[in-house]
Amino acid sequence: MCLAVPGKIVTIVEESNLGLRRGKVDFGGIRKEVCLDYTPEAGLGDYVLVHVGFALATVDEQEALHVFEALRQLDQLEELGEATT
Amino acid sequence: MKFLDEYRDHCAVQRMAQAIRACNKRPWTLMEVCGGQTHTIVKTGLQELLPEGITLVHGPGCPVCVTPVEMIDRAVAIAKRPEVILCSFGDMLRVPGSTHSLLDAKALGGDVRIVYSPLDALQLARSNPTREVVFFAVGFETTAPANAMAVWEAKREKVANFSMLVSHVLVPPAMEAILSSPHCRVQAFLAAGHVCMVMGFEEYLPISQKYHVPIVVTGFEPLDLLEGVHMAVAQLESGRAEVENQYARAVRRSGNRSAQERISQVFEVTKRAWRGIGEIPSSGLRLRQAYRPFDAEVRFPVDVGRVEESSECIAGLVLQGQRKPYECPAFGTRCTPDSPLGAPMVSSEGACAAYFHFGRGKEDGVSIVSIATASH
Repeated sequence: MCLAVPGKIVTIVEESNLGLRRGKVDFGGIRKEVCLDYTPEAGLGDYVLVHVGFALATVDEQEALHVFEALRQLDQLEELGEATT
Repeated sequence: MKFLDEYRDHCAVQRMAQAIRACNKRPWTLMEVCGGQTHTIVKTGLQELLPEGITLVHGPGCPVCVTPVEMIDRAVAIAKRPEVILCSFGDMLRVPGSTHSLLDAKALGGDVRIVYSPLDALQLARSNPTREVVFFAVGFETTAPANAMAVWEAKREKVANFSMLVSHVLVPPAMEAILSSPHCRVQAFLAAGHVCMVMGFEEYLPISQKYHVPIVVTGFEPLDLLEGVHMAVAQLESGRAEVENQYARAVRRSGNRSAQERISQVFEVTKRAWRGIGEIPSSGLRLRQAYRPFDAEVRFPVDVGRVEESSECIAGLVLQGQRKPYECPAFGTRCTPDSPLGAPMVSSEGACAAYFHFGRGKEDGVSIVSIATASH
């Protein structure tokens, strides 16, 4: 139930009379209206994690690469190990 | 899809599994807290990629599974009222109450509807002013901001025909309940990433220290889960017990502050009964006094007695990681997704349903790893 899906913000509507910030988010081609009230920092083109119609976090694109960097380092360590034996 | 496919990459997953094997010396038992994580682990066969000594047990993080029978009976009774439209998330409808599920109530003429978001239920209330729209709000901290917003909006717009039947639960008290059980097998936790996306992970620091248990905030894709296991095993092997964050692309230390503010405006912490586990103090949320007029329990008083669970169902032990689903004598025979004895056989995130659907039985040796190869 705690599923949250990453999608890209393609439009933002500030509804000053309603107080809610809404937008359209693209999930690999499927677009849905999402409440952006909890992610005031998220702008057009940003990726947000959406749960039951609410964006709850902006994806940190730097941090998203971290695991692949860690895997590269593991490979390098292994190559070093092979070279010294 | 970006930020999904790359974490399902077959080569990266195999590489991470190799890193776990390289650092693992002794047997360890880890618990993934969230049912969504259980689903990925069982579906993709991640357990088979791990060294033999590493056991993953499945936690209580399936809101549908831990919602008490009494609460389902209450929802069923409310749904039977002719003026009511009762809405909930799809998973809730088939969970057995003491006599009926919500789906049975619908078959008996109740107006029961599935919604994607609590805001959809609020919209139903706006467009059906002569009906009473009740949203059955189950969930963990991840879902609380959405449900809080729906009630907050209803109050602000004075949508008087909207109310909420709240059965919200909180993860950290359940983790403590598991750790303080004399039968606890758990030596490290993979904490629920999306719960932490909302709440942050500072409240796990005292739990990790008190029970000397590593807690790694972990995401939901195969590579996330294996990196979480790697971080937890590295801690266990070196005797450390710290809180670490594997899921930093979504989780910040103090979480989502504006979501937390809205939750605490609308809800307050209360004791909650967990199906199969029992009552846990300060483990749930209820509406604050100012929002009590939107409380369906107040608006539609229902007398539900105490209910006995099926004596054969061991859901409570499964939810606490003390038994695997296939260790239940009824698994796959007298208890199936079509005819469930307990809630974990109903929800797609329930451990029993996951084992049933993906064929993980006792005799299951090396199974097919169905991790999708990413298309970059």
